[in-house]
Amino acid sequence: MTRVADRQAPPAASLAHLVRDAGLAALVAALLAVPLLGFRLNVSAQGLSLEYRLPWILYAAAAVFAGRLLLSLAARSLWPQVRQRSRGFGARFPSNTNVIVGWVLIGGALVLPWLPFADPRFLSVATLVLIYVMLGWGLNIVVGLAGLLDLGYVAFYAIGAYSFALLSMNFGLSFWICLPLAGILGAFFGILLGFPVLRLRGDYLAIVTLGFGEIIRVILLNWQAVTNGPDGITDIPRPTLFGLSFESPFRGPLHGTGFADFLGVPYSPMQWMFFIYYLILLLALGTTLFAQRMRRLPTGRAWEALREDEIACKSLGMNPVTVKLSAFAIGASFAGLAGCFFAARQGFISPESFTFIESATILAIVVLGGMGSQIGIVLAAMLLVGLPEWFRNLAEYRMIAFGGAMVLIMIWRPGGLLSRRDPTVTLGEGPAESMRPAPAAESPR
Amino acid sequence: MVAVNDVMLDVQHLSMRFGGLTAIDDLSFIARRGDITALIGPNGAGKTTVFNCLTGFYRPSVGKLEFTQASGRKFLLERMPDFRIARDAKVIRTFQNIRLFTGMSVLENLVVAQHLRLTRASGYAVAGLLHLATYRKAERRAVEHARYWLDRIGLTTAADLAAGNLPYGSQRRLEIARAMCAGPELLCLDEPAAGLNPRESDELSDLLLDIRREHDISVLLIEHDMSVVMQISDHVVVLDHGACIADGAPAEVRADPAVISAYLGTAEEDAAAMQQGRQG
Amino acid sequence: MTIDIFLQQLVNGLTLGAFYGLIALGYTMVYGIIGMINFAHGDIYMVGAFISLIGFLLFSALGVASVPVAILLVLVVAMVFTAVYGWAVERIAYRPLRGSQRLAPLISAIGMSIVLQNFVQLTQGARVKPLPPMVQGGYRFTLGTDAHLNVSLLQALIVFLTVALMAGFTYIIRRTPLGRAQRATEQDATMAALLGVNVNRTISITFIIGASLAAVAGLMATLYYGVIDFFIGFVAGIKAFTAAVLGGIGSLPGAMLGGLVIGMIESFWPVYFDLAYRDVAVFGVLVLVLIFRPSGLLGRPEIEKV
Repeated sequence: MTRVADRQAPPAASLAHLVRDAGLAALVAALLAVPLLGFRLNVSAQGLSLEYRLPWILYAAAAVFAGRLLLSLAARSLWPQVRQRSRGFGARFPSNTNVIVGWVLIGGALVLPWLPFADPRFLSVATLVLIYVMLGWGLNIVVGLAGLLDLGYVAFYAIGAYSFALLSMNFGLSFWICLPLAGILGAFFGILLGFPVLRLRGDYLAIVTLGFGEIIRVILLNWQAVTNGPDGITDIPRPTLFGLSFESPFRGPLHGTGFADFLGVPYSPMQWMFFIYYLILLLALGTTLFAQRMRRLPTGRAWEALREDEIACKSLGMNPVTVKLSAFAIGASFAGLAGCFFAARQGFISPESFTFIESATILAIVVLGGMGSQIGIVLAAMLLVGLPEWFRNLAEYRMIAFGGAMVLIMIWRPGGLLSRRDPTVTLGEGPAESMRPAPAAESPR
Repeated sequence: MVAVNDVMLDVQHLSMRFGGLTAIDDLSFIARRGDITALIGPNGAGKTTVFNCLTGFYRPSVGKLEFTQASGRKFLLERMPDFRIARDAKVIRTFQNIRLFTGMSVLENLVVAQHLRLTRASGYAVAGLLHLATYRKAERRAVEHARYWLDRIGLTTAADLAAGNLPYGSQRRLEIARAMCAGPELLCLDEPAAGLNPRESDELSDLLLDIRREHDISVLLIEHDMSVVMQISDHVVVLDHGACIADGAPAEVRADPAVISAYLGTAEEDAAAMQQGRQG
Repeated sequence: MTIDIFLQQLVNGLTLGAFYGLIALGYTMVYGIIGMINFAHGDIYMVGAFISLIGFLLFSALGVASVPVAILLVLVVAMVFTAVYGWAVERIAYRPLRGSQRLAPLISAIGMSIVLQNFVQLTQGARVKPLPPMVQGGYRFTLGTDAHLNVSLLQALIVFLTVALMAGFTYIIRRTPLGRAQRATEQDATMAALLGVNVNRTISITFIIGASLAAVAGLMATLYYGVIDFFIGFVAGIKAFTAAVLGGIGSLPGAMLGGLVIGMIESFWPVYFDLAYRDVAVFGVLVLVLIFRPSGLLGRPEIEKV
């Protein structure tokens, strides 16, 4: 309710009012700053000591005062334009814009490694972003289409990664055999978890999946004999391309023919970078292609119908548990595939890579992207993974900015960056409109 | 062709208690194949609870709900989970507060209702993913079926609009069409005329009569709009305080003193309440 | 297991349970009133622990020598300043999202949790902060020739404080206008607003109460465990939320009961099994309870409104 009021009332507030408002904000900032900015706990050999940094309280208050005042002044003069622009962002575009933008993005992704600025670091960030795009597209099946809140998606990612690592280290299975196996194992665990818990209401499901993610992590951490515990698994073999190896010839004798030898070109680490970049691009595109096609099939429509109204689904003879299970298992299998790729790319995995923050990041990508929007997920992944990774040297501020961005984007666009939904089938006899997914099918009490 | 007027739904000694509250108390009635059976009664008489028991959303405390398909197959509805009642017994319902898939298009709502047939045709998504001709044909047929119902309810031009944005009356009709797309043997309508204006109510009556005539189904109807009930139903069951107080043809029921007192009783209370409201 | 070990673990479990219960109250109240998982609540507890620790050092620097006085002062200070954090989180990250789709506030809450964690890491450093034990001594009960039960003063204090807070708190919810407003908002926010309840203020107060209870838990953790770091909020938070769900989310006695169950599992598990898998047990029990009793132990079973 307040939100509506905020949006509609033109902020004709006087300057004095704004100053007072900024003053209040500064007061709150000062109160927040007193304990945690004004003092610092220092740990030394002598024990704990307190360092006084009281001026920081003033700085914080001053910064918030200035920031708040400037923001509200800017809002006062720019408000109408801002409002105009932030409304109906998606709906204004003709419906084939998605398709055009999609093809442009695919084209861009295909030529990316050949662009002049694509140095190894850039390519590595791009590969990482693509992993998250794939995970986002996979989780979108669960959260965006079927409306199931999964906070433990990273568990399936971990299962994929560890299944490749263990199968290849212990049984010498190649990446190309492990890849489908990782997907199958992901789906299997998805069903295993999903079967008992998918009856649960949304938020309960969220906490149970979160718990499942933690359970998997705790097991990986403690099952020393198999997973090597916190030290993780190292020297996971690199995948080959039709038997051609990308190992560096300088590190020892190759198993089989090297890619560079085969082509008769000198070895370069970039060949490996290109290979894995295109590999993840292929996997990610496969994911979205699958999801897009699935959406137009009865199973996919059932997912969306279930998100909209579970009771109505039951009244039409759908078994909600199998519908949910299919979404959950398929989403999990894509996480398994992505995990397998991750292990292959890193050559090293440990439980540290599969913490809750990963699940939160993937979920944030889906929600920020605008649930159901494939392109929105790409944008969100670039924003939430690409940018922080690029600014890795600002490590300390990076995560604050990451969390802050999640809050701000949600406030700015609660429906996500791009939220629109095109019907999966049309009759074409009258006007068409793109629609938004039903907000809060399970509205809070 | 199966003989009409055989018993399709046999409700015996149905009781439903929520904690200390008895919503339905030892209710028995039958509905015959091909009939439009109306379930009427004052507010709170337990009509929707009967529906919820029939369609498996509630598990009855006591009672037997026997449903016989035209093929002769029998189902004990009180033992089946909700989605199976719709899927196997083909008892399909609508809801008092409309439950459409509001974020999906009108056409999608009707295609989703044909889920079972289409899923099979899509080879549980495999044939669909491979884009095989068998599935494409099945989907085309589903769309054609949907179009037939859109034509029937006059929403063909609205097919690609979001179902949630339709006007109220159209949403009601769409929900009925959606139930029909699921291929019911018994169609259970929970107050389909609620909130409709008189002209829309008349159209609804015609639609229901046509559906019954052309599609070889039976209808169980909860309705407050007496003009609709009297106009279309073959058989009326009157509930009050969870018990059956009258059962018969519309004309008989209308003349039944118990029914009159049940209805007038509430009417008097209403009038009294209105009087008080005016004074207060 | 002999009786003395059993009783000892019972006392330890009770202490842990009190502690999880206090955090769980914050989750359950917020969930009850606005139907969202306040994901940042665990981090509010962490902030409370840091403020308590800073408070102890500050008061000892200011020359407060008496331990009980110091604890009392720190209790007040921690509750007040943590409450400001709780209020600010709601005002900044949740209020603008009221009435929007269900996932938006959850994402915003996760974002806020990340911000709080990293803010504390940035301003207070990542290293674990130790505090030498302040409350020593306890009671020793002789149960037999060779069996004793130790109840530390601190454990007694924690349980006593929790029970007192619970009692006061139940009084507020049951008997005061504030509690009435809160229950009304919980039932139907729009209707409550139409009837003159200041919904925004009521929700703010809920966050303030939740945060100050979390601060008490933070203080207890500081004293009981003697070490804190910026990451303690996450695990404590999910366990407390698990407690809230276990007890039936929205139910205040349920939150305490859930906390108690979690506390007991945590304290008895290592007696029989591998300590490393303790968290697995906690979540395992959660899954079992939810499958067989989906609305939690004390939650009102929801009749599906068709």
